Amino acid sequence: MTDRDKPIYLDYSATTPVDPRVAEKMIPWLTEHFGNPASRSHAYGWEAEEAVENARAEVARLVNCDAKEIVWTSGATESNNLAIKGAAHFYAAKGKHVVTVKTEHKAVLDTVRELERVGFEATYLDPEPSGLVDPARFEAALRPDTVLASVMLVNNEIGVIQPVAQFGETCRRKGVLFHVDAAQATGKVPIDLASLKVDLMSFSAHKTYGPKGIGALYVRRKPRVRLEAQMHGGGHEKGMRSGTLATHQIVGMGEAFRLARLEMATENERIRMLRDRLLAGVQGMEEVYVNGDLDHRVPHNLNVSFNFVEGESLIMGMKELAVSSGSACTSASLEPSYVLRALGRNDELAHSSIRFTIGRWTTEADIDFAVRLIHERIGKLREMSPLWEMYKEGIDLNTVQWAAH
Amino acid sequence: MAYSEKVIDHYEHPRNVGSFAKDEDGVATGMVGAPACGDVMKLQIKVGAGGVIEDAKFKTYGCGSAIASSSLVTEWVKGKTLDEAAGIRNTQIAEELALPPVKIHCSILAEDAIKAAIADYRKKYGEGEDAAKKAAD
Ligand SMILES: Cc1ncc(COP(=O)(O)O)c(C=O)c1O
Ligand code: FES
Repeated sequence: MTDRDKPIYLDYSATTPVDPRVAEKMIPWLTEHFGNPASRSHAYGWEAEEAVENARAEVARLVNCDAKEIVWTSGATESNNLAIKGAAHFYAAKGKHVVTVKTEHKAVLDTVRELERVGFEATYLDPEPSGLVDPARFEAALRPDTVLASVMLVNNEIGVIQPVAQFGETCRRKGVLFHVDAAQATGKVPIDLASLKVDLMSFSAHKTYGPKGIGALYVRRKPRVRLEAQMHGGGHEKGMRSGTLATHQIVGMGEAFRLARLEMATENERIRMLRDRLLAGVQGMEEVYVNGDLDHRVPHNLNVSFNFVEGESLIMGMKELAVSSGSACTSASLEPSYVLRALGRNDELAHSSIRFTIGRWTTEADIDFAVRLIHERIGKLREMSPLWEMYKEGIDLNTVQWAAH
Repeated sequence: MAYSEKVIDHYEHPRNVGSFAKDEDGVATGMVGAPACGDVMKLQIKVGAGGVIEDAKFKTYGCGSAIASSSLVTEWVKGKTLDEAAGIRNTQIAEELALPPVKIHCSILAEDAIKAAIADYRKKYGEGEDAAKKAAD
């Protein structure tokens, strides 16, 4: 991970490496202990089942719920699908309206779109310019026929933390089921499902130093929440999600979440120090804007717009860094990030954004290198930018008649 | 996005970046694209005696392919007459830079920038040889 021939990895929100301690725990479950956890008739099955249940308990411990409330899935995408479609269909007799937010992950937005396709109605809330959803607006969106609301805990692009505790209270009071996508939250913010009024919560292992392809859905038992299965078959996971359990993946997720619980507090302190160092490094420059609220935010994320520089050329200019761009100018869709647009960012700023996400193996030297590189490359690109030139000449770009194509 | 070597070369060593002084004789400007689309190209040509493009400069806000396309056309238009320059096709640019299909519009933008600069020249200085002479005076 300190291999300098490769770019410095600052894209931990896309995925994380598997912690070597996790990988080590997983391997025996591929080779020696390969049994099917559903095999009830021999020791191969029993030991696999025990490993699965230990991992389930570890996942439950990180978020303070009962292990019986954890259902294994293939990742947060599947968890979101199961939660949203499963609950909406099961409770459809009560109403056919769902509420979500424009800045949700596609795994939520596209699932809600699918519900619309089959006859549900949906409200997509606008966040405030900070990225946070106003609780009064949220409450106002809930109707007598609303069955489900879905709001993510930590946003994947801008890292802001939504006030889900408050939304949960509102939903409970109004008799609306509440789903939270917590894929980007585990190991970054404390989650206490004993006190949160959340009915369904999605998790993913690979954002928290576990393997890809495994996740979980929390399904509350008191008061009991029921779902219509989306995957039919052998009736695994109490009928909610059929399919042979991937023991090694599950063991990996359990160990990753156990480490997250033990190390979260100290790790977050270190990461906050690195983020502050990065922030200080870029704030000295002209026309740099932080996207999303800085206070209600995980320390792992810094999303900034470098005005008058286009995101893709910026990424190309910073090929020594592995980062994400909010711009998706790939001609098929000349679309800047829908998340930044939802915050009300103008097109130039939305096109000029870079997401830096910091993680377990980021060092101070990495950050210092990144800051030096950013200064050099932004300077070069701005020298090349007609927009920067116009800005420097005092021209208001909003008054220019562009020849749109 | 994997870029071709030629795109990377133009991106890392862009040719003819910059602007001419506003009042410089024989200079015309083409500005195409829009910030909302994620790309703006400014191409300037300096036309000398005989209607020949003597020099060209560009500034581009856009992806690497857009930067490379505009850098390339500044090289290509030099030494050409306005009519010859107007004949440069985006397909030639795309082929030279080995642009993938999703990047074709970057080369179209470069072609548009040449056309816009030529149109600006004709608007400023009138048509043809006389205009060129006038500009050279
Ligand atoms: C907020 C959020 N939800 C869901 C997902 C999808 O998770 P997975 O890759 O486990 O399906 C991601 C990951 O990109 C995410 O960031
Ligand atoms: S300028 Fe939009 S992809 Fe090249």
